[in-house]
Amino acid sequence: MNGLMILIPVALALGLAGLAVFFWTLRHGQYDDLDGAAVRILIDDDTPLGGDDAG
Amino acid sequence: MNAPTLPTPGTPLPETLFSVPGMRCAGCIAKLESGLAAVPGVAAARVNFTAKRVTVTHAALSDAALAGAFAGLGFEAVPLADVMAADDGSESRELLRAVAVAGFAAMNVMLLSVSVWAGAAGPTRDMFHWLSAMIALPAIAYAGRPFFRSAWRAVRAGRTNMDVPITIGVGLATALSLYETITGGAHAYFDSAVMLLFFLLTGRWLDAVMRDRARDGVTALLRHTAPGALVRQGDGGTAWVKAADLRVGMVMIVAAGERLAADGEVIAGRSHCDQSLLTGESLPVQVLPGDRALAGSINIDAPLTVRITAAGAATGIADIARLMESAGQSRSRYVRIADRAARLYAPAVHGLALMSLIGWLAAGAGWHQSLLIAAAVLIITCPCALGLAVPAAQIVAAGALMRGGVLVKDGSALERLAEADAVVFDKTGTLTLGRPQPLDLAALAMADKSLALALAEHSRHPLSMALRRALTAEAVVPAPVSDVAEVAGMGVSGVWQGQKVALARPAADAADGLACVLTVGDAPPRLLRFADPLRPDAAATVARLSAMGLPASILSGDRAAAVVPVADVLGLPARAGLSPQDKLAAIGEMTMAGARVLMVGDGLNDGPALAAGHVAMAPATASDASQNAADAVFLGDSLAPVAIAVGVARATARIVRQNFAAAIAYNVVAVPLAIAGQVTPLVAAVAMSGSSILVVANALRLRSAAR
Repeated sequence: MNGLMILIPVALALGLAGLAVFFWTLRHGQYDDLDGAAVRILIDDDTPLGGDDAG
Repeated sequence: MNAPTLPTPGTPLPETLFSVPGMRCAGCIAKLESGLAAVPGVAAARVNFTAKRVTVTHAALSDAALAGAFAGLGFEAVPLADVMAADDGSESRELLRAVAVAGFAAMNVMLLSVSVWAGAAGPTRDMFHWLSAMIALPAIAYAGRPFFRSAWRAVRAGRTNMDVPITIGVGLATALSLYETITGGAHAYFDSAVMLLFFLLTGRWLDAVMRDRARDGVTALLRHTAPGALVRQGDGGTAWVKAADLRVGMVMIVAAGERLAADGEVIAGRSHCDQSLLTGESLPVQVLPGDRALAGSINIDAPLTVRITAAGAATGIADIARLMESAGQSRSRYVRIADRAARLYAPAVHGLALMSLIGWLAAGAGWHQSLLIAAAVLIITCPCALGLAVPAAQIVAAGALMRGGVLVKDGSALERLAEADAVVFDKTGTLTLGRPQPLDLAALAMADKSLALALAEHSRHPLSMALRRALTAEAVVPAPVSDVAEVAGMGVSGVWQGQKVALARPAADAADGLACVLTVGDAPPRLLRFADPLRPDAAATVARLSAMGLPASILSGDRAAAVVPVADVLGLPARAGLSPQDKLAAIGEMTMAGARVLMVGDGLNDGPALAAGHVAMAPATASDASQNAADAVFLGDSLAPVAIAVGVARATARIVRQNFAAAIAYNVVAVPLAIAGQVTPLVAAVAMSGSSILVVANALRLRSAAR
């Protein structure tokens, strides 16, 4: 019983945190281009740090 | 032409959206983003791969210059109207938030419920019920709003829809569960109520995403109609005036290659206008001082000075738009399958729940138990699977079609496409590609080819551009021609190795159709003929459609001489020289005769017919108005997507029927159990998720339907 008193609030808090993060990502448009996100990982982006010439 | 001007610091750079249907892979994204960023005047480019769009942030470059930059990277890009970006998918976002809240609540309440089912008793059970209530009540209040709102609207209007039983079911279940919790009862239905919302919201969300996606796709392909014009001012200078602010009597200067923003009378300049979007006429029409020039047509050869005689709502284009609007109204009355189902379903469910309540009361069960059973009936019959049956199938089908190059506007488009039993094609731009291609290139010597390319490169005339496309594709190297000059409406000439060379209009161009003449020195001139070729697969598609029970015919605004050869090749009945009103009337006759017409067309002159057809498709090269009027837009040169779309629509209709059958079968089994009072929260939860998952799994079979 005592364990539950701690664990259930912890579980709920974690769930709520997840929900909050989801809302945040949704508001910042992270689901606008799901297919693009899936293929962008394949792009070689090896320009040196600080280099401003991407072309 | 338009030199990039640096904006004042602090003002945001203009952004232009482009639709780039040709991007396929990560390489394309990298190439587009880095390649565009390297173009002078472009600050940044961001690709949205899902919508196949690119947002370019730039220093006031013209659309044509930006499209040129895309072409330089090997992509075809269409600039799109900037109106749409603002309210992007607000409905689907709100639904997605509701799905997230309902999902969160469902998971947590389910954890607690499982503990209760597993045997938690006494104070532990009560505590779990209280916790469930604490999670479920705010979640239901938040996530249920879409249903509550819609149900309230329906009830107030004296109607009933699918949302009414949902609202009553959820409300009753919540109220009873709360009562049980307060009195320390054994069963609470919080999990059912929340899960019900979760599944139903998922269905709604899929439906909304489908509509958003299609709208993205279709608006993404909208072309800029002329946004405005250069107007001569009183002091002799010129100023850019937006199309909406143009007034009769203003004098506008239309550059070669520009689209007219208003109807008018030419007062200076000789040129040809491409009116194919307005009339379907594939040959450019010559305009001389005193002639009428129409809004929406493209000025091809030389600058024109035009006095405006009609602007805004008075233009010929606007007439067509009005015709289109009134023709499209019949289609907006189309009742979607899901709504038709809801019309039967909602009263049936209400009746069943009420009957079980009365029945159990009559059997002496007491108010509490009777209400509990009535709530169980409402919950178990709640159209979870039914709510998913249609949108799940349609979104999977729309996704498959999108990968196959067809953008579908909404679910009802798929339903109507499955019902079509006749097909009507426009000619120019629909059966044919709508862009001329040279016929006599093979007979041309290499030296002549490189001369022709060198000259064609200096002109924006459609034939020159066609010649350039064809010759560049053959990897011809342009010859070094000097002193190149273009004479408006006559052609391009220059000097090569001391000889005069020219690419010019043949003496009698109207008789010969599309042609130009290449002259080199004193050698006899060579006639280069052009033709507007049929789309690849046109014949195969027509045959396939007729095998599917959709006989085809042609309604064209072009001259009979241009229509007959096409009709002969395809073996189709054809009518030529039709005005937009004629086309509308022809579709109306077919509809009166009982046909459900699939109209395929691209021109503005097809707009009213597209809107009047039972269902309509347009190629991605179509005018924006036609794409708006069409239910589906297909990309690429091939006509095959039309037949594929009909096939997928029919497969979708089949899957939807199966899903309805599954949902009904589930109810036939579950409802008697619920009425008999045998449904515990556990059974309700299992039955509900089981049927929903079955329906979604069935819909996923459409994934490869477009192949």
